[in-house]
Amino acid sequence: MSMNAVKEQLEPVVVNLAWCKGCGICYSLCPTKVLSSNELGKSIVSEPNKCTRCKICENHCPDYAITVMGVKK
Amino acid sequence: MLAHLEKYFRTERLPHIWCPGCANGIIVKSLVEAIDKAGLDQDKTVIVSGIGCSSRAPGYLNFNTLHTTHGRAIAFATGVKLANPELNVIVVTGDGDGTSIGGNHLIHGARRNIDLTVLLFNNSIYGMTGGQYSPMSPQGAKATTSPYGNIERPFDICNLVTASGASYVARGNSYHTSQLTNLIYQGLQNKGFSFIEAISTCPVYFGRKNKLGRPADMLKMQKEFCISKEAAEKMSAEEKAGKVITGVLHYAELPEYTEQYQKIVDKCQRR
Amino acid sequence: MTVTDIKAKLMQGNQACAEGAIYAGINFYAGYPITPSTEIAEVLAERMPEEGGKFIQMEDEIASMAAIVGASLTGAKTMTATSGPGFSLKQENFGYGIVAETPCVVVNVQRLGPSTGGPTAPAQGDMMQARWGTHGDHPVIALCPSTVQECFDLTVKAFNLAEEFRTPVLLLLDEVIGHMRERVFVPQPGELEVVDRIKPEAGTQNYLAYQPVDSTLVPPMASFGDGYRFHVTGLLHDETGFPTNNSEVMGSLIERLHQKIERGREKIVIVEEIDIDDADVVIIAYGCVARSAQKAQKMARKKGQKVGILRLITVWPFPEEEVLRVAEKAKALIVPEMNRGQIKDVVQSAVVGKAEVYGIGNVDGEMVSPCQILAKIEEVL
Repeated sequence: MSMNAVKEQLEPVVVNLAWCKGCGICYSLCPTKVLSSNELGKSIVSEPNKCTRCKICENHCPDYAITVMGVKK
Repeated sequence: MLAHLEKYFRTERLPHIWCPGCANGIIVKSLVEAIDKAGLDQDKTVIVSGIGCSSRAPGYLNFNTLHTTHGRAIAFATGVKLANPELNVIVVTGDGDGTSIGGNHLIHGARRNIDLTVLLFNNSIYGMTGGQYSPMSPQGAKATTSPYGNIERPFDICNLVTASGASYVARGNSYHTSQLTNLIYQGLQNKGFSFIEAISTCPVYFGRKNKLGRPADMLKMQKEFCISKEAAEKMSAEEKAGKVITGVLHYAELPEYTEQYQKIVDKCQRR
Repeated sequence: MTVTDIKAKLMQGNQACAEGAIYAGINFYAGYPITPSTEIAEVLAERMPEEGGKFIQMEDEIASMAAIVGASLTGAKTMTATSGPGFSLKQENFGYGIVAETPCVVVNVQRLGPSTGGPTAPAQGDMMQARWGTHGDHPVIALCPSTVQECFDLTVKAFNLAEEFRTPVLLLLDEVIGHMRERVFVPQPGELEVVDRIKPEAGTQNYLAYQPVDSTLVPPMASFGDGYRFHVTGLLHDETGFPTNNSEVMGSLIERLHQKIERGREKIVIVEEIDIDDADVVIIAYGCVARSAQKAQKMARKKGQKVGILRLITVWPFPEEEVLRVAEKAKALIVPEMNRGQIKDVVQSAVVGKAEVYGIGNVDGEMVSPCQILAKIEEVL
């Protein structure tokens, strides 16, 4: 397994907190509840191993704050 | 955001001004994906907008960008396109900007079938000014200027633009993003007046006034009330009640305005 | 010179304006029908494609103004023409043109207002609307031809000023001048100066669309499609072109827009002085009324009355210094015009009491006659 692949598995979803406005769309739409909110309502990755790379979060993030690494399982 | 889309943004200007959960950002991403898919040259592409929330989009996009006066984007864009038909011209507008104060320019742009791709963000309200009803607010909707419910009937803007003579008319929404990207892409491919209504959300004004829940709830509602044209064709009138039909609603091969004008120029210059 | 060398033509004022635009190199015209300006559109609808340019009849006056600003951003020389009610509608995007610094020419063939008014009796009632019609503090350049020849020449001048100062320029005709027919000497190519837009130097890195040249305060202007991908907005902006709420930046933009016109005053302000050296009375006139003034002045001189004329060819920015100079020598100034003293009031404030100022103001659609002016001369001498 390459370093990138390892990294992708550990951190499948990257959230840019500087752009995240905490609207909650990503964690509300996430079918496997990979994402949840921090105390500011901003998005955090709480269950990385559940990510299926469906990209619903990335596609519906109005603030371009989410990047899903790797391809759909 | 995917790395291949970054070059289309003025990332140093992000985050954008839109409220948390506003779907405008989702629609802009579909626009950019469609531009990428169509392979438009950024140097030869002009994005024109009017005034309002959605009209702030060009400021974040790495193209030739023109933020004009309220309602006038299509009129400015007509000047850009006719003066230099080599440029790809995209208009970004909203339901207030495009169908109310700019309604006349919209129907005349369609009538001329001038080669513009018009992307209308429909959030059913005037967001920038704080939540007044628009010509696309549903009947009964609450807004700061319709505190007892809106008594005006909304436009079916796609029907209006079709009747006005546009060659490509489509409707998408901010939940079904890949469909929306595709609809915009097809609009960019069409040589003529292309109109795409993109259903957006305004959680802060429209959503709050009408008790529609959180931003994600409003997106999920779109998933429920939007049905594709293909699915609608198989449904009964009762089943279709309250639904909004998405997809390519109209397409016709029609002569394009700047090409027609060029023929006149060629004829005059041969004389 | 042989007879065939002389390119004299009988032309209407509106036609001369259209031909002047072609001489200046117009590439794009957008307009909407309105009497008494329509001939400009009609001539250009025919002439533009012959010259490889573009003509479009837009859905309304607002759209016409928008279209010429849009076209200008692609590098085109552009113009629109209208009259009173249409001029009111132009104001919105005329202001946009000023803030976004887009060269274009706007012709107003004035008719009797307000509102639909007295179509299409002549008037000069839009002088103040020309100055202040669009909202906010802004500079304006406005030229006022008095002959059909000047309709041609000043249209060329208007294009030149628009390009040089990156701003919309107004050409204020009136129904009399617009519809009058006179002999026009059409200049040969090269005979009149034609100014082209100053673009950024080739190879410019990090082009800032609103970064002015120090000496002129005018920013070089790239075209959409040149590869600079700049942003244009009607919002107050910094040198990058992007909007700002910074009060210092907003204020300095408004200041620069004024200063660039102030600095160009010598190129912009044109007046004609006739027999003013010994004049006791000076008639200050513009547009069609300047013709009556000339007749009256000649008749007065024949009677031995020392009367001169200061003809305002540029009305905005107002020729304050020129007016003041005249006021310092003359006893009285007469300002005949086809409105209720719009320019008379400006003259009054410019002369700061150095001479008495008298107005003649026709608002009935009738020309100010030489007799009216002669009577006023008798009265004030």
